[in-house]
Amino acid sequence: MIGLEHYLTLAAMLFVLSIAGIIVNRRNLILLLMCVELMLLAVNFNFIAFSRYLGDETGQVFVFFILTVAAAEAAIGLAILVVLFRNRRSIAVQELNTLKG
Amino acid sequence: MLHSILFYMFAFIMLGAAAGVVFSRNPVHSVMFLVLTFFQSAILWLMVEAEFLAIVLVLVYVGAVMVLFLFVVMMLEVNIEAAKRGLTRYAPFAIGVALLMAVELIQLIWLRGHGGSSAGGFAPTPEGYSNTKALGSVLYTEHVYAFEIAAVILLLAIVAAITLTMRKRPGLKVQNIAAQVAVRAKDRVRIVKMDAEKKQ
Repeated sequence: MIGLEHYLTLAAMLFVLSIAGIIVNRRNLILLLMCVELMLLAVNFNFIAFSRYLGDETGQVFVFFILTVAAAEAAIGLAILVVLFRNRRSIAVQELNTLKG
Repeated sequence: MLHSILFYMFAFIMLGAAAGVVFSRNPVHSVMFLVLTFFQSAILWLMVEAEFLAIVLVLVYVGAVMVLFLFVVMMLEVNIEAAKRGLTRYAPFAIGVALLMAVELIQLIWLRGHGGSSAGGFAPTPEGYSNTKALGSVLYTEHVYAFEIAAVILLLAIVAAITLTMRKRPGLKVQNIAAQVAVRAKDRVRIVKMDAEKKQ
């Protein structure tokens, strides 16, 4: 039967895959944002699995708030991205060295 | 048995789609794979009876956030080849780190767990249990302050996104309605009295 361990394993694999994505795609800001979304999804998997396992809805309430904050984060991140592209004509991460001392 | 087969099928598709997000060369394909990932995870959440969050995931993420991503990806027309040049150089390192972390995490989950007490699966929910009802009854009572803070965060996100992306273009012609309404005829037309010119 499918239990807590299966869901935790699936979440761990998803999380690890998104870490690999951050290392591989570290030049493209849009893909970095998408990998962060994948990571949050993996975390949500853990919350839901434990919530079901313990029979406590608080974990699912937490997932609800994570979804809210992630939506806000995506909106603001993409807005920053659009402004950045408008000013620099590029979103390559390695060119963002204006603040370097 | 059927439950297990479905779980493995959806989990396999989800991990494949997540790999597609990470390793696909075209950002538009990445967004599409991300949509597939969210769909599969919504189905997996349905299978642990988190129905409300599964539907919220589809509506909010697939319906709103992914469409936003798609808009931005299509609007920015980024040079794909230039962005992807470093893919092969760091891929072995990334795969090594990922495999190491995966082995450690899975080992932690399966070996250092709680002695396999949940090997028979999740405990069945009581008769007449409604996930949405249960979630609502704690969301609006115990966690009502957090709920209101979440609403403020969403408002903040709206204001921030609009403020960041709004720009005043120089040389843009706009109407000033109040000035147009308040104008009088004597401001615009000047009547000049003069004698008739003599015919030449």
